[in-house]
Parts: sequence; C-alpha cells; structure tokens
Amino acid sequence: MKSSVITFPGSNCDRDMDVALKKFGFKNKMVWHADAELPKSDLVVLPGGFSYGDYLRCGSMASKSKIMQSVINFANSGGMVMGICNGFQILVETGLVPGVLLRNKYLEFICKNVFVKINDKKNKFFKNVDNKVLKFHIAHNEGNYFCTNDQLKEIEDNNQIAINYCDENGKIEDEFNPNGSIKNIAGIFNKKKNVLGMMPHPERMIDTSLSGEDGSLFFKNLINNLK
Amino acid sequence: MIVNEQVAVDHGLKKDEYAKICELLKRTPNITELGIFSAMWNEHCSYKSSRLHLKKLPTKGKKVIQGPGENAGVIDIEDNDAIVFKIESHNHPSFIEPYQGAATGVGGIMRDVFTMGARPIANLNSIHFGSPQHKKTKNLLRGVVHGIGGYGNCMGVPTIAGQTSFDSSYNGNILVNAMTLGLVKKDKIFYSKAAGLNKPVIYVGSKTGRDGIHGASMASASFDEKIEEKKPTVQVGDPFTEKLLLEACLELMAGDSIIAIQDMGAAGLTSSSIEMASKGNLGIEINLNKVPCRETKMTPYEIMLSESQERMLIVLENGKEEQAKKIFDKWNLDFAVIGKTTKSKKIELYFDEEKVADIPVNTLVENSPMYDRKWKKAKLPKKNKIKKEDLKHLKIIDVLKKILANPNVCSKEWIWQQYDHTVMGDTIQKPGGDAGVVRVHGTDKAVAASVDSSAIYCWAHPLTGGKQVVCESFRNLISVGAKPIAITNCLNFGSPENEENMGEFVECVQGIGEASEYLKFPVVSGNVSFYNQTKEEGIKPTPVIGGVGLIKNYQNMITMDFKEVDNLVLVIGKTEGHIDQSLFARNILDEKNGPPPEVNLFNEKNNGETLLKLIENNLIKSAHDVSLGGIITSVSKMCIKGKKGINIKKPKYLINEIEYFFAEDQGRYIIEINKKDFKKVADILNKNAVHFDELGTINENELYINDKTKVTIDELSTSNKSWLINYMSK
Repeated sequence: MKSSVITFPGSNCDRDMDVALKKFGFKNKMVWHADAELPKSDLVVLPGGFSYGDYLRCGSMASKSKIMQSVINFANSGGMVMGICNGFQILVETGLVPGVLLRNKYLEFICKNVFVKINDKKNKFFKNVDNKVLKFHIAHNEGNYFCTNDQLKEIEDNNQIAINYCDENGKIEDEFNPNGSIKNIAGIFNKKKNVLGMMPHPERMIDTSLSGEDGSLFFKNLINNLK
Repeated sequence: MIVNEQVAVDHGLKKDEYAKICELLKRTPNITELGIFSAMWNEHCSYKSSRLHLKKLPTKGKKVIQGPGENAGVIDIEDNDAIVFKIESHNHPSFIEPYQGAATGVGGIMRDVFTMGARPIANLNSIHFGSPQHKKTKNLLRGVVHGIGGYGNCMGVPTIAGQTSFDSSYNGNILVNAMTLGLVKKDKIFYSKAAGLNKPVIYVGSKTGRDGIHGASMASASFDEKIEEKKPTVQVGDPFTEKLLLEACLELMAGDSIIAIQDMGAAGLTSSSIEMASKGNLGIEINLNKVPCRETKMTPYEIMLSESQERMLIVLENGKEEQAKKIFDKWNLDFAVIGKTTKSKKIELYFDEEKVADIPVNTLVENSPMYDRKWKKAKLPKKNKIKKEDLKHLKIIDVLKKILANPNVCSKEWIWQQYDHTVMGDTIQKPGGDAGVVRVHGTDKAVAASVDSSAIYCWAHPLTGGKQVVCESFRNLISVGAKPIAITNCLNFGSPENEENMGEFVECVQGIGEASEYLKFPVVSGNVSFYNQTKEEGIKPTPVIGGVGLIKNYQNMITMDFKEVDNLVLVIGKTEGHIDQSLFARNILDEKNGPPPEVNLFNEKNNGETLLKLIENNLIKSAHDVSLGGIITSVSKMCIKGKKGINIKKPKYLINEIEYFFAEDQGRYIIEINKKDFKKVADILNKNAVHFDELGTINENELYINDKTKVTIDELSTSNKSWLINYMSK
C-alpha cells in the first residue's frame, strides 16, 4: 500500500505520521506543499501542526496551497484522504468535510488522552475494528467542532459522524467532551466516507511505551481494509 | 545626537564605565557605538558581576564535549550521539508582558540549541510566581503558560517536565526559565567561532524591526513604578518563522558550507557579530543597508540594538552563497549577505556609504568590566525547638491533605496539559513524574531531564541550598533510572550591588560547585539573571538546576506510580526528623526560621548509585525521591499516580510520627519491590551501607497508618488535583 504525507512549512506531526505508516506496512512518501502533483497513493494524509503558522484561521491558507488542488481532485475521485488535527482543520477549510473548528471552549490548548466511540464502521477507516471504544490522544487549541443545525441533520442522516468523545465505556456525555464540540464530535467523514477528518492523533499511540496501543489497532486495520 | 556622560548613564552605563570606553577608544563614542557598548557591557551580556565566581564551577568530565562559553553545552551519549542543552531566563520581559515574554524565552533557548546543529527534542521550564493571593499572580500565570505553550506547541517540540512555585518574594518579579535539549551527531556540531578572511557574513530569518531595543539592558536593572513604560523592550515572538528557521538551518547544516553560526538573541546583531569575531580573533565589516528591515527609516543604532526574534548570523565558505540562498528561499526566509570577515580585529559598520561605527572587538569583550562585588557571608541559622505539644493536636491525615493541596505541592496538570508533551512520538515519561524522558529516536536509548530549585532552602542558608538543588536534580534523574551526566544552571538573584544578595549568589554558586564536583555532575551551560528586584526588594535566591541523564535501554525506565498490590515499599536513606524550613514547618506550624536540611554528599552519592544498581538488576517496580512534604507526601503521590493504597507501619527507631512523616531530610527515596526480591534488595543495600526502612505493603485503594488511621486514595487525589483548577477557574 502506498501512502503520501503532505508536509506544509509548519507541519510538525509529519514525521510521526511517517513513522506510524511505515511501522504498519505502508510505503510512505513525504510530499512538499509547493509540489503540484501527488505521487500514486492509496492513502493521502494531512498531518498535524501549524501549516502556515495558523495566525489566520487554522488551515485556511493551507487549503489554498498548490498541492491541495491535487488532494481535492484525488478525494473527489474517491481517493482515501485522512486529516489529523491541523489536517482536519485544513479539510474543513477546503469543504471536503462539512463544518468548522472553533477555539476550544475553555480557550486553552489541551494535550491529553481521551476515549472515542466509533460511531460508524461501514467505511474503510474503521471497518473490522473490534473495539467500540478507542483510547486516543489529543493536542490542539482549535478542535471545537461546530456546524449549523441543517448541516448537523444532514451529517447525522448520512451517518457521517466518525467518532465521538466518550468515557472508557463509551458513554457520550458533556463531561467527557474536552473542547466543546457539538455532539462530542471528534471526527467526521464526507458523504462518501472516503475522507476522514479527526482531532485525535492515532500516530501517538503506536507502542506500549507511549500513551497506549490503540493507534496500532487503527493503522493495522486501515492497511488491511485498503488491500 | 551628541554623546556625553549623561547619555551614557541613560543607557545604563556607570560613569566610570563611560570613562573607560572613552579611554579605550581614545575618543568619544558616537551614539551607535555607545549603544553597542551599553549592550555588550550590561550585566546580562557581560556577566560582569558573576564571571569571577562562575569560573570556579566544575565544567569538565569524561562525557562533556562542550562546556560553558558556547551557545549551549554538549554531552556525549555514546554511538556518535550527543545532547546539546541549556537553560535560560526570561524573567523581566515575562513580568512586563507575560505571553510574549515567556514565548520568546522558549524561542530563544530553542535557537541556542539548534544553532549548534541539534534538533530540539524536549523543552522544560521552571516558573515562579508571587503569592496566589496577589492580584497579578493569576494573570501572570495564565499568560506565561499560554506563552510557553504557544511557542513550543507550534515548534512541535514536546514540553516534557517543569516546575512551578509560588512565593510572595516573586510578587514584583516572576521567574520564567526555559530549557531545551537537542540531539546532534557528535561529528556535526556547529560552533560560533568565525575563521578565515573575506568570508561572507550572512543574515537569515525574520526581518529586523524596532522591537526589543534595549531588551538586554532592561533585564539588567531593577524594576520601579515606571515598569509599564518598558513594554516596547519586550520582543514579539513568531514561532512559525522559528520553525522555518529551524528546518532551513538544519538543511543547510547537512552540507559543509557553514564556518560559524550564531543566533541573534540578547543584544541582537551586536552581540552575535561581536561574539563570532571575538572567538575567531577576527574583524567583521557589515553594511547595515543590506540588513533586511521590517520598518522604514531604521537607524544604524536601531538595527544594531533590535532584539527582533528568529534571526541568525552565519559565516559561510566562499562560493556557497547561492546554494545556501536556495534553501532559505524554499523556506520563505530572508537571506542577505551583509558583510565579511576581516583581519582588522574591529567591528566596522557602514550605513549610507558612511562609516558609523569602528570599535576594536577586544574592547567590547576582553576589556569589558569585571567586578569583584562586596558580599556578605550568611550564618547558619539556629535550629528551632519545636514543642512536642504543638504536634500532639495535629492529625496526620488532615495535615497530609493540606500539604497535598499546597500550591507548591499540588498537581500541576492544569499547566502541563496546555503543553504538547507527546509530539515527536518519543515521550515515554510525561510531566508530573520525577523527570521527563524522551527516547533517542530510532534507538534503545532514552534521555531524562529535570528542572529543580529550592528557593526556601537557599534563602535560609545559601551554601546548603546550592548543594541541595544539585542533589535534588541528581535524585530526580536516578528515580527514573537514568545515570546523571551533567547540569545547566539558571541563577536568578536580586541586585549584585546589594551585599546580601551578592552573598547569596556567591554562596549558592559555591554550593552548586561543591555538589556537582562531588557527584561528578558538571555544569556545561547556564545563565545568570540578576536584578530580579523591585526597588529595594529582591526575590529569594533561586538557582534553578536543569539535569540531564541517560537511560541505556528505555525499557528499563522507572516511573513513580505504585504497580502491584502486596508489593513492599521501602525508604532508602536515613530519616533524622529535620523539620526546619520544611513545607510542614512553614505552612502548618507557621514557623519560618531555622536551617534547611543538611546535605551529606557522601550519602547522596552512595544512596543514588546503589539505587541505580538495584534498577540495573531489575529489582525496582517504582521509585520516587523524597522532597517537599517528606515521606508521606511522596508515598501519597505514588498512591495517587498508581491508583493504589498502602499499609504504612512507622519504623520504631525514631521520634514521633509527625517528624518521621513530614521531615525533609535529604538523600532519600521511596521504592517499591516485589516481596520475593526483599532479600536480594536488602543484601545490596546492606553491602553498600545504605540505610533503609521497611515502610509498608501496597493495597487496593486506601492509605493506612499503623492500622489505625486511614484515608481513601480518591480523597487524597482530590486534595492534590483540585487546588490549581479551582484557583484558575475562580
């Protein structure tokens, strides 16, 4: 399986993603934001970081960068695209996934472990993951997912919510919502479910010496689903 | 502008210093030259009050590749890997403008590290605030934490450990010390020494603006009521540009075109160019019209004194300009050839085709003032006689809960959750433990780092306090299973012109020196921050020690959380019952006098090294050093972290319970071992003549003392975790 990780000037989780993808069998290439062409890929990842400093709305400048036109075309033709953290922010700015990401409710950066409940498994990202709940890790300042009521209805009708913040038993309550997201949304799909944007970083959970191994589950499963 | 004595005094120079400048130049300096002298001769850049004493610190060792004098210290961690590290203060700016002050402090120290060719792999910080009741404290704390996070998070470097304290002596002068560790190949370390004639001098990074002019001078003076006016001297940080600068510099460093490189930190272009020339025994000629400026009509004076951030000065090999420029173009950064090295041994500046400065380099560096300031030796205070009746009415659990909720002991999760501590995917011990630990990427090795200070002990007796801080750093590294290698120090004090403050400095440095010599834990880099004082009132002496150690196989790292029910818990090191200056004495008994606990360097070394032996033999399940709040506080933290309880049986040999549990005697650790290993552990401890107590056995979730008193761990955890959250949300 071939993957591509896009490096924007201020990306800082690009190496971590490269390490994770390779660990679980992807042949990964790093692609520079100013390039026009995507290499042949089965998966394109927009990694976390601060793409162009994010002094403007997070991800807004990155969404207009040269490589993104190719990524958008790739996604529109059914290619698998995943945006993590800043990558999620870039995806909402391109309109590939609906909604926006506001500043965290308590106006503070949050770095901690969270639990997320998988809402939908009829997609290539989460199909065959045995667990209902995964222990993931978040590190962001703007992860407060928001959309209009109409959008929310559409998202729910199409089952586009990928994961919700919850407790270790999968209970979705306000007190387990770290950033104020509507409906505890931690990640969503586009309509066709070939594009996933999520705030948590599975690449930080890939061995027992780190925060845990649920990221390993995710990546192992992902590569099998793509085969 | 005409330069005279008054203008010099307004620049922070003393009258006799101005006379010396005129004598060295054999003429009156012009305003640009005076600005340059004032920037180089202030306390912050020249170390004029501290140099004499810093020379006495032990700086050499088998593992030391580079000691003080460069941008940062460098130590060998084997296999051609080296760690570059340093700690630096950004106290004055952080009080004036907490967000930018703290942010640029973090930016500055990271630049010091990657200037040497190392990729930053971990950040730490030691921050100190006034009394929680003081009206400014909350906003300062919030601003500083946001600033540290804002910069470090954007750079993608994990913040792995830190220290926060509150004390009313910081009401008017907070402390913000930032430390960075970087990883470099031993044969790819870059230095700031220029070499060769007619080599191009290159300016890269951000454009120069009018921010931060006289920042270093501001940091070399006490505060008064006009402090708000000093806001423009605080630099404004741009972490995104620094991230670009980091990547561009490392890309250029992969080749062989750099002769010397120096970041523009305090005193900007002035100190960076002079430092390179001075170390290379050369001259430098700069055309200031070539310096990329952010604002129009900047004068030579402003260009030379600006402390705009995210800038570097490089001396390149001839003919490598185009190749280097390509890299900086790729990262969208300014790149300008602004001058060349010369044989004149002078710094010569041109602007609009006119020579605007002409100063021999040695007058700025070697001939800078050095003072042997008067200082007063501190007496060891008399021991307090604590009345046993005073202790009788105290209930241990109540006291314990109060101590766990004390601002200086309580959980600092609210702070470190705002720092990205897991980016780079190698953080194997997060903040909240004895030391932060990161793996050396792609290897079995890991590096541990800790920052420590004990201003109370240093204030009570500077010599003992100085020793104690080094020992605490040593203990924190050993507690995670790391072999301590070297330290960096950030020496925060009041005015050196005050004999008592100067005495505190001299004796703390002496203590640091004695301990680091004995423990073979040399000082490889550091920074001095004087004038942490408002009008006549100075801070408590606060030397901060950043220690670094190596874990050969990261699988053997130790954490402090209790692991398993029925395991045994021992105390390593003897408890004598020293209560004076303990958190217990100061906060529960309200007794602020007396000497700090004594430091016995032999025991420190012996206890620590023996514990490392136990760890190497895989006999230790968890470990934690005993510090503020004594044995019971340390044990409680291990319970809280591990979500386990303990049945404590106080050993019979000593004194009363309160003294045993809350004393702050040094050189002690709490360890958890498997019951079946007891004999082996006891043998090793006995063979090395290490005193130990059997303290108790781990249980599910309650803390019992002598089968009588009990409390649930949940209750202790709530005491420990709620203070800071409640304080910040009020």
